[in-house]
Amino acid sequence: MASLLAFLRHLGNLCQKEFLAILKDPASRVILVVPPLLQSLLFGYGATFDLTNVPYAVVDQSRSQESTELLARLDGTGVFHRVATLQSSSQIASVIDSGDALLVVHFASNFADQLAAGLPAPLQVILDGRNSTTAGTAAGQIRAVVAAFNASQAGLAAPPVKVIPRTWFNPNQETRWSILPGLIAGLSMMQTMMLAALSVAREREQGTFDQLLVTPYTPLEIMIGKALPSIAIGLLQSALILLVSLFWFQIPMAGHVLTLAVGLLGFTIAVVGIGLSVSAVSANMQQAMLYTFVLLMPLVLLSGLATPVKNMPQAMQIATYANPLRFAIDLVRRVYLEGAGLQAVWTDFIPFACIAALTLPLAAWLFRHRLA
Amino acid sequence: MIASSRPHGGFWRRLWSLTRKEFRQLLRDRSNLLIGIGLPIVLILIFGYGLSLDVNDADVVVVMEDSSPPAYEIQSALEHSPFITTRTVRSLQEGRRIMNAQQADALLYIPGDFARRLAAGDAQLQALLQGGDPSRALAVQAYVEGAVATWLQKRQARGAAPAAQAGSVVVVDRLWFNAANDSTWYLVPGLIVLIMTLIGTFLTALVMAREWERGTLEALFVTPVRPVEILIAKIIPYFGVGLLGLALCLLAARLLFDVPIHGSMFALLVGSMLYMFVALGIGLLISAFTKNQFLASQIAILASFLPAMMLSGFVFDLRNVPAAVNIIGHLLPATYFMELVKSLFLAGNYWPLIIKDCAILAGYAVVLLGLARILTRKKLD
Repeated sequence: MASLLAFLRHLGNLCQKEFLAILKDPASRVILVVPPLLQSLLFGYGATFDLTNVPYAVVDQSRSQESTELLARLDGTGVFHRVATLQSSSQIASVIDSGDALLVVHFASNFADQLAAGLPAPLQVILDGRNSTTAGTAAGQIRAVVAAFNASQAGLAAPPVKVIPRTWFNPNQETRWSILPGLIAGLSMMQTMMLAALSVAREREQGTFDQLLVTPYTPLEIMIGKALPSIAIGLLQSALILLVSLFWFQIPMAGHVLTLAVGLLGFTIAVVGIGLSVSAVSANMQQAMLYTFVLLMPLVLLSGLATPVKNMPQAMQIATYANPLRFAIDLVRRVYLEGAGLQAVWTDFIPFACIAALTLPLAAWLFRHRLA
Repeated sequence: MIASSRPHGGFWRRLWSLTRKEFRQLLRDRSNLLIGIGLPIVLILIFGYGLSLDVNDADVVVVMEDSSPPAYEIQSALEHSPFITTRTVRSLQEGRRIMNAQQADALLYIPGDFARRLAAGDAQLQALLQGGDPSRALAVQAYVEGAVATWLQKRQARGAAPAAQAGSVVVVDRLWFNAANDSTWYLVPGLIVLIMTLIGTFLTALVMAREWERGTLEALFVTPVRPVEILIAKIIPYFGVGLLGLALCLLAARLLFDVPIHGSMFALLVGSMLYMFVALGIGLLISAFTKNQFLASQIAILASFLPAMMLSGFVFDLRNVPAAVNIIGHLLPATYFMELVKSLFLAGNYWPLIIKDCAILAGYAVVLLGLARILTRKKLD
């Protein structure tokens, strides 16, 4: 009992010291709160695959009632905005090259005649493929507008089959609904790992780590004392981003906040474990930051935050099993959007536990043995 | 003592010694090389082989409550789509269980009365999609609808259904600049921007902040060297590393990923050098402002690297974002370099665009390096 009390007292002292080291500089306090807020706002608005504005140009050599009606339907979507009306197809290259228009719709002079004759009338669409994803989505929307136009034409029977799509957990297929839950895990990871990585390296650089090692604290206590403050700050940042998502963007949360908290706690412990291991092998702060950064880049990119994991080649998907962020994002999205409970997402805890079980003892061991 | 009596005379000599010192410092610490060379290689491989916005293997569960010939035709139409792998179950309950377990991207429900209602001309198929990754959901939806439409066309061609498509508009689309319709084609050029931002801003800010923090820069100030020489000597090695990163990207684009480079190599080089100056300027400014390694690294990531990735039009098209974010995006020099690189790679030489982007980058470079020069001098006084 007495030893437990002593252990807790030691931890309290170490945590207090650690918090002081992180928070004593006002600039550091700001850098831990403002960027997650700003970024979740900025990326919430900026990171989107949803088409909202497609500037387009027209070459209408048909000048018919039908072409005018089709164009009116295009303008009526609210997504397509006409930026230029071209006289001939020779002008197409310059509006596309300059990026003024994402696409050009081209009606040939026989467009209306073909329609009147009951023949297929080609509508040529030229797309700027410099961002082939946007171009593909825009082409899909044009096809939908044309299909609606065809269906409305007199004398045409409606197609006998209709596919009725329904997207689970994200009815309007909004990118924001998947990005923001991803940011709850992703943004906080970046600073949490960096904080943990710096905690030991800072003391090494300033020469105070040797002093800490000769105190009566055990390596386990030092390790936990270093880990807890980073974990607390990481969870705080996640909570901030969660608030932005809930109240600013008003993305409804289906799951329970406690499930989310437990999941993020597991994830943050794993992240801090990686950070402390990096810290223990680094000789100074600069190395710690560079190593962390080199680790963070692939972890963030291969997490499914911006591009789905399932689009990756099979070998790369297997490589992502070592990435805690991949599972954290899966967990947060499923709890947040689908309302999944712990029994549905418990498998996501396996990688967290493996990474923590590997990195935390390694860090504690390295604290002493790197000196030799 | 000639140098101190004629402060301008030894410019080249002093610059040469300082640059040698910087090169040694850069090469001495392996973690610098890791960022300068190791990370670009890792990024090239990740972006070239790993990341993709193209869905090539959608898993679709087909729930067949109907066992009529048309229902089987739809199932086989899905199977024949090169992008879809199907799996057939008999009950909707079983299908939903697979969807809930995240083992499928979509579920196509063929209800029991499908054939009967098809004959009546108002059949319905329900497609359920996973919304966790909306970009993927949208693509999978298009594949499923496409497969059904293809089946319908064939059926009409056979005369089994009234030909509804005669006299209708057919969309013929042509994708310029990206014949392969492959997202790698725009991700790899964009990577050049990321790597140069990484080296120019992040690495430089970090190294320079360390010198401020440890006071080694002030030690240099008491020598006869002038601030501008210190800055130039700092810039030269990182400029070199940045160009090395550019060379790696170009080689990988050509040799590994077969991304075409249609534009002028000269324009690409000029644009890249200008952007390198901009990135270095931002890095020097951040370090001079913060004079602290942790803050410098955080600000370098938050203010330059992440925006270059998320708000420059690299992955997310700036045309889709709200006006305020669009303005922020257009304040970033990375946005103009991104536009320039993608155009030069994929579209070729369109000189008005090249000149506009280069001029903007040059403007940023002059302003930022000028500011860095002023901030560095003030410290001397």
